[in-house]
Amino acid sequence: MVTFPGSLDDRDALRAVRLAGAEPVPLWHGEKWLSDVQAVVLPGGFSYGDYLRCGAIARFSPAMDSIVDGARQGMPVLGICNGFQVLCEAHLLPGALIRNRSQKFICRDQAVRIENAGTAWTADYEDGQQLVIPLKNAEGCYVADERTLDELEGSGRVVARYLDGNPNGSLRDIAGICNAEGNVVGLMPHPEHATDPLVGPGTDGLPFFSSVLRALVGAA
Amino acid sequence: MSRPAVDTVEVAATSPSQSQPFKELGLNAEEYQRIKDILDRRPTSSELAMYSVMWSEHCSYKSSKVHLRQFGDKVPAEAKDILLVGMGENAGVVDVGHGLAVTFKIESHNHPSYVEPYQGAATGVGGIVRDILTMGARPVAVQDALRFGPANAPDTARVLPGVVAGIGGYGNCLGLPNVGGEISFDPSYLGNPLVNALCVGVLPADGIKLAKADGPGSHVVLFGARTGGDGIGGASVLASASFEAKGEKKRPAVQVGDPFAEKVLIECCLEIFAADLVTGIQDLGAAGLSCATTELAAAGTGGMDVDLDLAPLRDETLTPEEILMSESQERMMAVVTPENLEKFLEVCAKWEVTATVIGTVTDTGRLVMRWHGETIVDVPPRTLAHEGPVYERPVRRPYDQDALNGEHGNGLPRPKSGEQLRATALKLISSANLADKSWVTDQYDRYVLGNTVLAQPEDSGMIRLTDRALDGSGEADLGVAVSVDGNGRYTRLDPYAGAQLALAEAYRNVATTGARPLAVTNCLNFGSPEDPAVMWQFAEAVRGLADGCQQLGVPVTGGNVSFYNQTGSTPILPTPVIGVLGVIDDVSRRTPMALRGDGAQLYLLGDTRDEFGGSEWANVVHGFLGGRPPKVDLTREKLLADVLINASRDGLIDAAHDLSDGGLFVAVAEGCLRGEVGVRLVVPEGLDPFVFLFSESAGRAIVAVPRTEEVRFTDMCTARGLPATRIGVLDILESAIEVQGQFRLPLSELRTAWAATLPDLFG
Repeated sequence: MVTFPGSLDDRDALRAVRLAGAEPVPLWHGEKWLSDVQAVVLPGGFSYGDYLRCGAIARFSPAMDSIVDGARQGMPVLGICNGFQVLCEAHLLPGALIRNRSQKFICRDQAVRIENAGTAWTADYEDGQQLVIPLKNAEGCYVADERTLDELEGSGRVVARYLDGNPNGSLRDIAGICNAEGNVVGLMPHPEHATDPLVGPGTDGLPFFSSVLRALVGAA
Repeated sequence: MSRPAVDTVEVAATSPSQSQPFKELGLNAEEYQRIKDILDRRPTSSELAMYSVMWSEHCSYKSSKVHLRQFGDKVPAEAKDILLVGMGENAGVVDVGHGLAVTFKIESHNHPSYVEPYQGAATGVGGIVRDILTMGARPVAVQDALRFGPANAPDTARVLPGVVAGIGGYGNCLGLPNVGGEISFDPSYLGNPLVNALCVGVLPADGIKLAKADGPGSHVVLFGARTGGDGIGGASVLASASFEAKGEKKRPAVQVGDPFAEKVLIECCLEIFAADLVTGIQDLGAAGLSCATTELAAAGTGGMDVDLDLAPLRDETLTPEEILMSESQERMMAVVTPENLEKFLEVCAKWEVTATVIGTVTDTGRLVMRWHGETIVDVPPRTLAHEGPVYERPVRRPYDQDALNGEHGNGLPRPKSGEQLRATALKLISSANLADKSWVTDQYDRYVLGNTVLAQPEDSGMIRLTDRALDGSGEADLGVAVSVDGNGRYTRLDPYAGAQLALAEAYRNVATTGARPLAVTNCLNFGSPEDPAVMWQFAEAVRGLADGCQQLGVPVTGGNVSFYNQTGSTPILPTPVIGVLGVIDDVSRRTPMALRGDGAQLYLLGDTRDEFGGSEWANVVHGFLGGRPPKVDLTREKLLADVLINASRDGLIDAAHDLSDGGLFVAVAEGCLRGEVGVRLVVPEGLDPFVFLFSESAGRAIVAVPRTEEVRFTDMCTARGLPATRIGVLDILESAIEVQGQFRLPLSELRTAWAATLPDLFG
């Protein structure tokens, strides 16, 4: 779990990892080395105040070098919200996230459908499974050129799609995508806020974290 | 570039008759003379700037002090058990057990939010968050109480979206969940909206930080953002004088916020606190450096030497007077012992926060500031911070008060038939004050930090403080609940009762969610204190609030007074906004407002009387304000709260919702829409259907009781002497509110009417 200056949902993601049964390790953006972590979550927030462009500065953090290398070698990486923006800026995922079509920040419990239960982060779901998890962003509108979008669709790399109304204008209702290998996933809604029914809409988000744990334990 | 010669202490001593712009800075002739008496010479221009901001109404409470003393004089006996820090510090602190303490406070940013809605509201959030941080606490939640002119007024379309975007833009980026508040509309706020922001923080009970500069030889460190030219004179000019069509000229006086800088500052401070690296700390809010240096020095050893040349600037052309008055945001001042300085600066460097030693604590009893090698300030700090002018302003009951109370409105035509009652219900639920507020609240992050148990539109916001899933303690999770409430119309009709009704509503809201009310903060928004009629409203409201807090056993821990809320000579409705904080031992026992449970019985707790003075019905349907507000019965409020808290703890109820604006129908509708359940209501024997549905009698709540607990619940109410009347049954198959023998209103029709209002108005 990497904390950048301006990361906000870092503690929540640490808690979610713990609730899923794994050992969360806080990482500081200024540290180059990942020590022995086996998967990385880039949390939501406003890293570097979203100055310049969301995620544009965070991608140059020292920690990102090792994360990019690790991701290319198959280490599972999940970017949530601002983390998704960082992954796009770091070119681990294609496309970009721009301002919501409404021009307003939006916070709501969002219905989504899992489109690909084959990634490192979604294996505990089933294809087509419907979830409700909180969405909260000002710049969550996913865009890419038509060819990229067709390619993502064709290769099953759209991981999740919005249901019951597109909240931010994302092309093809895209809520999350993955890289070709399926180890790097970017997601706009916040599964870490749907892991404890007391403080969120339910537990629909927990399998994101248990999936990766199972993948790692299975592989070990 | 040539600069005007600097006015030094030496120059001031030799030019006693030089004229000075004290009037323009908001000081009167007597105040100016007093400064000369204190210093035994004329003040330098820097000193004059400092006195003008520190003696402004906003910083000195000169008109309100004599009244606010009552909060101390009438402090309830319960206070000594829980109060760790009372009024006078940046925020009060209460003990909540488990080694934890909670601090909370509400503050206004009304005038800046009118001039520059986005930045005014944003920096309002930033300021109150720094107050909480300064106590040594991690800020954990915010709320805001907002009031605007008529919802359909063109200027409201300018102010409201800007204020909401500013609160969201700053709070979201800071990572603080926004868990509640209120929004209402009235023509009196058209040229003077109210933006009151509340923040809650949590800290170890033994980790309280205070604003004092102790220990001669300690360093005075300024850290955070650089000082710029924004917000100069904000405190004295904007917060303390009314607008007279001068709005444009004051534009640059509104501060500009940078939430990212504040977020980093928060994390930096918390790391500094955890390592115990400061002896005193103060945030730079109203009156900036002037306030921080004088308050720290006045509360500590008594003296401080400051080299103003060392203050990092955004704009090198600023004069010392401007540096002293600047209200640039995201700045803090700490007192650090020499042995801790290196570690302190290391933490700042880690967070890339600029930190500069600008002075030293002394025991001279003087605050001395130098600029370019010359002394420009040499003052006794207490005379600025604590010994400002105090006024006993004239007080006079408004000439129209009797007429207002006499116009009881009993003759206003009331709906009689079921058809008319149904139309009234729809009209009320779709009125701007009662309609769905999610257009606003969906722009705020309520989830961040992962501890939000309840958020708007629930009766109170609730935050989990301990998490057994993480700490492995096996103990129930402790939480706090907060609610803010106010009602300008009630207060206009009777300020004493109006303040108590606001207090009672916030108190009731906290209890409705299952938390035990502990402490009170207040934001007192009034017109000009120089108007004796306004001063009467203020005096009565404070007296009512102090008496009410004493009776309910909840101490006032701090707050804020905002005067000069008026346009021309017309003041706003007197609007005390009251925040109540409560504690709940086990957050999993909280009571939500969503009506649920098929077949659950709906009970009305409390007495319903024919009370429509100041009501939403009179306001929305007839545009009428007159008569008397609902009767206040604080003994009943206490009893009701006890029953709600016990019922929550013992699991006797599935849901509860307080009755306030719009009366029972509105509360039932909100509960049904939230729970997506229908209800069949029966008008109790002997009660007129109109009074049953729309009266605003205080001290009431509705609760949903599962059939299995009905006997235990009603026995408890009977034993304690709380009237509990069965008024209906929940039915998940019947998606409508049916008032037997009167009308039926499908939830879909209700939801459409309720949800469309704000989006239709604001896009």
